[in-house]
Amino acid sequence: MHKVVLLFFMMLFPQLIYAEIAGFPFESEQEEERFRELSAELRCLVCQNQSLADSNAALAQDLRTELYEQVLSGNSRDEIISFMTDRYGEFILYKPTFSSRTLLLWLTPFVLLIFAIAFLVRFSRKAGHSASTQITEDELEEVRGLLDEEDNKL
Amino acid sequence: MSQAADNTVNKPKRWIYLVPLGISAGLVALFVIGLGLNPRLIPSPLIDKPAPAFSLPKLYKPDEVFRQTDLKGEVSLFNIWATWCPSCKQEHPVLTQIAKTNEVPIYGLYYKDDPALGVDWLKRYGDPYRANAVDVDGRVGIEWGAYGTPETFVIDQQGIIRHKHVGPMSWKDWQETLLPLIRKLREQGA
Repeated sequence: MHKVVLLFFMMLFPQLIYAEIAGFPFESEQEEERFRELSAELRCLVCQNQSLADSNAALAQDLRTELYEQVLSGNSRDEIISFMTDRYGEFILYKPTFSSRTLLLWLTPFVLLIFAIAFLVRFSRKAGHSASTQITEDELEEVRGLLDEEDNKL
Repeated sequence: MSQAADNTVNKPKRWIYLVPLGISAGLVALFVIGLGLNPRLIPSPLIDKPAPAFSLPKLYKPDEVFRQTDLKGEVSLFNIWATWCPSCKQEHPVLTQIAKTNEVPIYGLYYKDDPALGVDWLKRYGDPYRANAVDVDGRVGIEWGAYGTPETFVIDQQGIIRHKHVGPMSWKDWQETLLPLIRKLREQGA
């Protein structure tokens, strides 16, 4: 029964069990956390849709070892990332840095969102506008006049 | 509110209907271009940078040391290979053919493999290399940003990386891209 419950939770939170951390013993939790974080953020260059943490390619194993040693020797997150990008380029980052070359990549979604909102606002205003102008003050007068006429007839 | 204003509200401009069509046409164009790109070709940040430092034993003479500084002095090719790599076998005849032209010295980085196997391989298939550095644990491969053997770098006289070819080099690649570049670098250096 316990096993079933465990399996259930493992299926609920699969990101907790990827831990390709076997064979990489850490003394502090911060180091382990940094290793875990970076190995999930860095992309395996052989099987490009897998992170270093997920991939079993030989290169990914080597890069994990490299990452492990750098984390142990106390290198900062930025130092490790620049080590990787100096050799493999931005491609190794799942999340590219914000620069003039990636401007389009980062900003397009927001620009599109703004456009979409602008369109939405414009069209909904027009719709609301036409609904409110369906009966103008003049027309109301006319209707009142007609109603009064009816009343007078009675 | 006038009658005219209401008319424009009820009749949106016709061209607005062409906008979705235009957007999808643009997307299709992007996808067509994107499909034509090879995702395996990752631009190397090492282009126009000095060859990464290494100090490794030579394949035939393990007592001797091969350093990146040995690449200086003339334009050369630096080829990363291994016997476990099928594309390297495919590329090998091209390398031996290039070596025969005496156009450029070819150096090798023997990557993550047993030196004995490499010696056997070169005996069997011919040896186009002037020298090979043996990188058993792949550390130097990482320094060079290797991810898909074979990889071939063009190194200029000053030891600066000028070009990287990923995957097996064909005779056509050699004639159309690498050779013209090598000749150009040689002229500039002379």
